[in-house]
Amino acid sequence: MSQAKVPAWVNIALIPILNILLAFLVSGLVILAIGENPIEAAGYLIYGALGYNEGIGYTLYYATNLIFTGLAVSVAFKGGLFNIGGEGQAYIGGLGVGLICLSLDHTMPFYVIAPLAVIGAAVFGAAWGYIPAYLQARRGSHIVITTIMFNFIASSLMVYLIVNWLKEDGRMAPNSRTFEENAWLPYLHELFSPLGIDIGDSPLNLAFIWALLCCVFVWGLIWHTRWGYQLRTLGTNPTAARYAGIDTAKVTIWAMLISGGLAGFVGLNEIMGVNHNLLLNFTAGYGFAGIAVALMGRNHPIGIILAAILFGALYQGGAELAFEIPTITPEIVVVIQGLVILFSGALEHMFKDRIEGFFIRRAVA
Amino acid sequence: MTNKTMPHAIELRDISKRFGAVQANKDICLQVPAGTIHGIIGENGAGKSTLMSIIYGFYEADTGHIEVDGKRVDIRSSQDAINAGIGMVHQHFMLVENFSVLENVMLGAEGGALLKGGVAAARVELQRLAKEYSLDIDVDAIVEELPVGLQQRVEILKALYRGARILILDEPTGVLTPQEADHLFRILKALKDQGVTVLLITHKLREIMASTDNVSVMRQGEMVAHRETLHTSKEELAELMVGKKVRLTVNKDEAKPSDVLLSAHHLSQLDSQGVKRLKEVSLELRAGEILGIAGVSGNGQSELLNVLSGITPMDEGEIHFAGQVISAKAPKNAAQMRDLKMAHVPEDRHKMGLVTGFEAYEAAILGYHNSPVYNGKVLMNRKAMLDECNERMAAWDVRPPNPHLKTANFSGGNQQKIVIAREVEQNPDVLLIGQPTRGVDIGAIENIHEQIVKLRDAGKAILLVSVELDEIMALSDRIIVMFDGAVVGELDAKDADERTLGLMMANAHNKEQEGVSV
Repeated sequence: MSQAKVPAWVNIALIPILNILLAFLVSGLVILAIGENPIEAAGYLIYGALGYNEGIGYTLYYATNLIFTGLAVSVAFKGGLFNIGGEGQAYIGGLGVGLICLSLDHTMPFYVIAPLAVIGAAVFGAAWGYIPAYLQARRGSHIVITTIMFNFIASSLMVYLIVNWLKEDGRMAPNSRTFEENAWLPYLHELFSPLGIDIGDSPLNLAFIWALLCCVFVWGLIWHTRWGYQLRTLGTNPTAARYAGIDTAKVTIWAMLISGGLAGFVGLNEIMGVNHNLLLNFTAGYGFAGIAVALMGRNHPIGIILAAILFGALYQGGAELAFEIPTITPEIVVVIQGLVILFSGALEHMFKDRIEGFFIRRAVA
Repeated sequence: MTNKTMPHAIELRDISKRFGAVQANKDICLQVPAGTIHGIIGENGAGKSTLMSIIYGFYEADTGHIEVDGKRVDIRSSQDAINAGIGMVHQHFMLVENFSVLENVMLGAEGGALLKGGVAAARVELQRLAKEYSLDIDVDAIVEELPVGLQQRVEILKALYRGARILILDEPTGVLTPQEADHLFRILKALKDQGVTVLLITHKLREIMASTDNVSVMRQGEMVAHRETLHTSKEELAELMVGKKVRLTVNKDEAKPSDVLLSAHHLSQLDSQGVKRLKEVSLELRAGEILGIAGVSGNGQSELLNVLSGITPMDEGEIHFAGQVISAKAPKNAAQMRDLKMAHVPEDRHKMGLVTGFEAYEAAILGYHNSPVYNGKVLMNRKAMLDECNERMAAWDVRPPNPHLKTANFSGGNQQKIVIAREVEQNPDVLLIGQPTRGVDIGAIENIHEQIVKLRDAGKAILLVSVELDEIMALSDRIIVMFDGAVVGELDAKDADERTLGLMMANAHNKEQEGVSV
């Protein structure tokens, strides 16, 4: 009810920006505490992330992963489900991509491998989301618990598969052989250079474009299809969903399939786009960061793109910062990222009531 | 009464409380003499629970104040209430299920950081209390292993342990078997003999007559009468509870009932706890008639609507509808029932009938979202949805006529129009309609009633559930009364008056059915 009098921009823009500013303020205090100049540090961070072409490329490359996982979390969340398993779904999605590339790169051209890899990522990621979804919808096991557990299972499974089956013969490193080049997603700088545009050398690849297409897909799916209507009904009012005759179990399972599939696309960016082999731990926490991205992006694709770029910038700028000021170790950068997640995610409601209250009072007065 | 000269154990002066547009309590005055059992009776939604929450410090009154033993007290939290000697036994117990009785009683009154000393002292005190009030209980039993009646006893002991001299019980018998309920009343008598003042909140007349000294009746947020139990009767209380209001008139001709469109045979339904909420309900619904279901709310009407509309599966019985036999073995869900041309305006539009976070045009297709009218090949046909919503908003005078406004931001009456328009415009054969005018303003009520009659005259069958007797009497052609999940009577609307219906609603019209424990 109180939502009535709060202008939309307060929730969409003001509160997230306030939260980020506060996170930076506290980060500044941390940097001050270790004896460095926070202003200088901020300068390096921002320049590193957005100041030159390569930096921007890296920022967007990180953002690509976060868009996928952020979308994954938001689709599930629209149905009232908390998918904590993006990490595991991304990991297994990467397995799907890797298997396609390893089995076809000697025989098939890129335009056959690429769509199959997309399907492989989606199917494997979705399959990893399906089991917790089934358990929730038909057996009542809580999806938060099962998806967390499935992250661990995914992790163990990948170690087993890579070490025992997929490792390159005669090598110690736990990763597969490198794919042939026809199973690589082209880098965007390679695509742009024939046009005479230099966007700087970075791992940014075609998966970024795919991520943007996925945003459009999710937007259409949730707000413009019948299924999305059912999903949103279930997510906001399960009683009304039953009243409307919506098969809630079925919608729950499909929501997790789509969510898992989206998370699986991280494998496209990492495995096919950058590493060009199947390796351990390439998901590097993107699945979890996706939760913060979705929260901050208000579960809307546009918000998710913006939040993913912010987090991507923190990853990239943070790396630069640690390089430029050696006393600011990578761990401190993780602290800064953690603070942003803390303030924009976990403490999201800290000011919300007060700020909304202020606008409600103003509207009444 | 001997203690009339003493200050009252508790006295309320002009308590008012408003939630948004709803006046939950209005100028409530109440005097409860010490050492008596005082009943507060009223229909669900009459404001009893709000009033008790104010006394116990969950809400603060907008105006008015509370006096305990003649002294004004300021109750802002349940701790204040406990300090003032007020204890409360909630309808839903507030116990930690896997704690022992002793641990539950001590909870919040442990008396120090280390448990040991406190436990020993509490054990002694608890045993003393149990003895003094003859509340036998094994103090080391785990609460979840106790029957419900004993769990309630733990709640009472908990209140007494905290020094309560005034005990509030909110619908205490709702979860009890009749035997347990009788036992409870014996306990309350014992407490009274020890000087404890008891406030008993209930909507069951039998309990009031059986156990109280005085009774106050609430209706629509107001305290409408105080009586000494000895000098009143069930009939009088029933009438006071339901109230005599200006009779609504609806212009309608004689009904011309024809074919039976829907019939229910011995429908039963259990809730998740295994309690039978619907007991062997049978009814017939004919084309061209309005069948009214009267009853104090919470007596199985909601369950009946949910089972008929396919929202909850039945456990026993059959529904014959549109040439189909629907049973526990061959169930149909809400979408399938809709396909058979059954429409349903649910009792609670916020919880069930609408998605309040949706824009109006989206909420206006809930349940019909699969219809080809609203769908293109892949995407939904937003334009069709908006056009139709605009048309309906004009036809039904929904204000403001803005399909993009969030459903939550319409007034209750306009929300209800959105729901009713949605269901009626589908041209159903059978319309189930629950509380059609709850929270709806007078002008809109007339409009809604006219639409219902129009639908009847078009040869549709209408099942109307309402707790408003006026509404039932004004609209129905035939009336069924439900009590405790069962149909307890049926009569022609022409023979119905408030008194008869009120008695039937309290199941007091038929002495044989009443049980022996009064």
